[in-house]
Amino acid sequence: MVRRWKLLAAMLAMFALIAAGCGDDSGDSDDNDDAAPTTLPGADDDPADDEIPDETLVVYSGRSEELVGPLLEQFTADTGIAVEVRYGDTAQMASLILTEGDNSPADVYYGQDAGALGALSNAGRLAELDQGILDLVPEGLRSPDGTWVGTSGRARVVVYNTEALTEADLPASILDFTDPKWSGRMGWAPTNGSFQAFVTALRLVEGEDGARAWLEGIMANDPVTYDNNIAIVEAVAAGEVEVGFVNHYYLQRFLAEDPDFTAANYFFPSDDPGGLVNVAGAGIVDTSDDAELATNLIEYLLSYEAQMYFSGETFEIPLVADVDPAEGVPSLADINVPDIDLGAIDDLEGTLALLTDVGAL
Amino acid sequence: MRRGRVPSLITILGLLVGAAAALPLAYLVVRATEIGWSRSFEIATSERAVRLLVDTSVLALAVTAMSVAIAVPLAWLTVRTDLPGRRVWVVLTTLPLAIPTYVGGYTFVSALGPKGLVQGWLEPLGVERLPEIYGFRGAWLVLTLFSYPYVLLPVRAAMRRLDPSIEEASRTLGRGRLATFVRVVLPQLRPSIAAGALLVALYALSDFGAVSLLRFDSFTRVIFVQYRASFDLSIVSVYGLMLVALTIVVLVFEQRTRGREEFHRLHGSGARRAAAVQLSSWRWVALAACTLLVLVALVLPMSIIGYWLVRGIRAEEPLRLTTDLVLASVKASGLGALVTAVAAWPVAALSVRGSGFVPRLVERLSWSGYALPGVVVALSLVFFGIRVVTPLYQTMWMLVFAYAVLFLPQAVGAIRSSMLQVTPSLEEASRLLGAGPFATFRRVTLPLVRPGVMAGAALVFLTCMKELPATLLLAPTGYSTLATQVYNATVEGFFARAAAPALALIVLSALPMALLVLRETERQDVDTEEPEPTQAESSAGAAVPLDQTVI
Repeated sequence: MVRRWKLLAAMLAMFALIAAGCGDDSGDSDDNDDAAPTTLPGADDDPADDEIPDETLVVYSGRSEELVGPLLEQFTADTGIAVEVRYGDTAQMASLILTEGDNSPADVYYGQDAGALGALSNAGRLAELDQGILDLVPEGLRSPDGTWVGTSGRARVVVYNTEALTEADLPASILDFTDPKWSGRMGWAPTNGSFQAFVTALRLVEGEDGARAWLEGIMANDPVTYDNNIAIVEAVAAGEVEVGFVNHYYLQRFLAEDPDFTAANYFFPSDDPGGLVNVAGAGIVDTSDDAELATNLIEYLLSYEAQMYFSGETFEIPLVADVDPAEGVPSLADINVPDIDLGAIDDLEGTLALLTDVGAL
Repeated sequence: MRRGRVPSLITILGLLVGAAAALPLAYLVVRATEIGWSRSFEIATSERAVRLLVDTSVLALAVTAMSVAIAVPLAWLTVRTDLPGRRVWVVLTTLPLAIPTYVGGYTFVSALGPKGLVQGWLEPLGVERLPEIYGFRGAWLVLTLFSYPYVLLPVRAAMRRLDPSIEEASRTLGRGRLATFVRVVLPQLRPSIAAGALLVALYALSDFGAVSLLRFDSFTRVIFVQYRASFDLSIVSVYGLMLVALTIVVLVFEQRTRGREEFHRLHGSGARRAAAVQLSSWRWVALAACTLLVLVALVLPMSIIGYWLVRGIRAEEPLRLTTDLVLASVKASGLGALVTAVAAWPVAALSVRGSGFVPRLVERLSWSGYALPGVVVALSLVFFGIRVVTPLYQTMWMLVFAYAVLFLPQAVGAIRSSMLQVTPSLEEASRLLGAGPFATFRRVTLPLVRPGVMAGAALVFLTCMKELPATLLLAPTGYSTLATQVYNATVEGFFARAAAPALALIVLSALPMALLVLRETERQDVDTEEPEPTQAESSAGAAVPLDQTVI
């Protein structure tokens, strides 16, 4: 028995060594040790004080560490402000703040859907931002009541298989995909937050009946349902379907891993609701005791450096003037952003009811 | 059996654990009452909810049936026959348990999707598309392949301790081999099949990875969709309570199936080992079946991960695998396994030695976290943690507590089965000889039950390693594990960067389980060489093999 467990311990240690050998050693092993108390809390000191000193900013990020981790590290390097980040899903991090209530340790919420930011704002959980910060970003891409601000843009596009189609085959409006000729050739993700935000926008632009008619028309064309945008882009490139409704930047990520990827993005030529630009954005949690540091972070996300990072690394659309998007990504001025106020697209429940009603969910 | 005479300390501890395990349930009830009983009732009886209930039950049933259909013959092949390479198969067929469904489901879609990798190989043969795997069939297949070991482990254990003389009597009395298996062997296996089937059924009810990737509308998937859109747990809690109700039905059914299970009386301590059945030419069929299973459930997912890893290395992608991550995962899961095993003890003891209302209540409460989607359990613990035990909130202890609430039944099951084999007369003898209750516990009970505790802890360790929603919501801020790293990379489509941590996650969580299983087969082989166990071994109870007690 004892021998066996010794062997197990030895194997674990060996595995750890191998892992250390081939991984890129981060070097900051203190991070994890600090976060995990090794003594029973309450024994002699309060662990909350230990882990998070007062000058540390706590960020709940609905954006993946792969996307924004390096940027937040750069913020600490540039400003000396320590940041503790909890990474998770955009909706989950928002409900975490709502569930935590007044005791929430979070200072900043950083999510990638205007709907989640709107939900926090509607629940009164976001503090008002300085007008100077809000003014950096065009109206419509920030909260109408000044509680959150968009930090990067995410355009809805049609991704198409370049072996089956050319841009000329694609219609001028997303409304035309109800044409029976698209039957069985489309992929969509009705459970996806970005898609649902688009449907909410469609309800505002075309009215409830118009949105319902569009959804029913698409349903009649037997779209293939996927779990998320990534699955759609993969399926389009593989030829499982010919077109799919997605956000623009996934394609760039696949192209970065595989330049021969057989898919391309199609931006609608006119200001079509199908070309909605949603945002990733941030706000300060109302119970934050570090509002000043939090303001620093949000200012940083709108700085030239951060906007360049979004452009070059996440392939999103920079929202601040004078920063160019990555190759293959149009600038805010070049795409015909439909005139939709993102602050107004917070009725996700209505959208959900509609999607359920037409049988899409 | 001393039914009814339960030490009150155990009862109190059991009730405490039961109360902790019932926290998520209590939270759901509170949330559901917020929208009023009539509205809750309306939601629960809506056409959609009823359809969900039926679909989800059918999926759970189908997955359970298929798991039993795979596990029972497989257990027989690896325990009772001369199948070549038995020890290898014993380990390999257990390992799919270490693959998280959110990884396994993804590898399935990328390999077997209509235009997946396999279609690419078949393209020269004129195969344009593979048949759709999405929906019921895909979810059924994936859930079965990554959860059948929950049945395999206890059934293999039970089969090993069967007394062959009963079967020999049946054969002597003129029954054929098949009739003997159906009429004599299967009934003896029933409690272990039921125990494993319960874990599989409830796992199928609560799993999110497989149903979301394979797009099957189960309760869990709808709960996620609903709650993402509304940030409101009230409708979700009604669905959650329906899931709990379904769980209770399953539990009652399982308890009926258990029947009488006084194993320590069924067989003497020195049961002989059955002679291996000669498979002769059937050997090839058996080998082909085992190979196919291992290919699909283990080799396929591992190859896809390997493919992404190689692709990532070629593209000079960061590997995202550090010592810190490995240590963080092992630490959280190790503590989780330890605390869960300790908490499971009183529940198991009550269930084995007690009778009446309290033990049954405690045992059923201990299941409530297991059948609920992880995110619901996690949010309810957030609500509880930040208000009631504020200093513990977002510490390692809160996460470990969540693991215990989520996975308690896995440890209870393992400890329970090994406790069933401890004859109370051994403890009584110890007391008669003058040892106090604590000395008896330390020197008699604990050594006898230890294999079960270790097996249960290994299983919980493996499950904690894969766990995602509770880890994301409750771990100390900034605490990354292998599972959260896999999530961080895949959620944005960086599959190559997820490959190394995913591989490490699977290997690390499989290790303790593989060692336990391997250790047992070693013992089995030794036993086969020495048909007569020594008197000392039998009387010390050392003949209770480790793997027998898994679950």
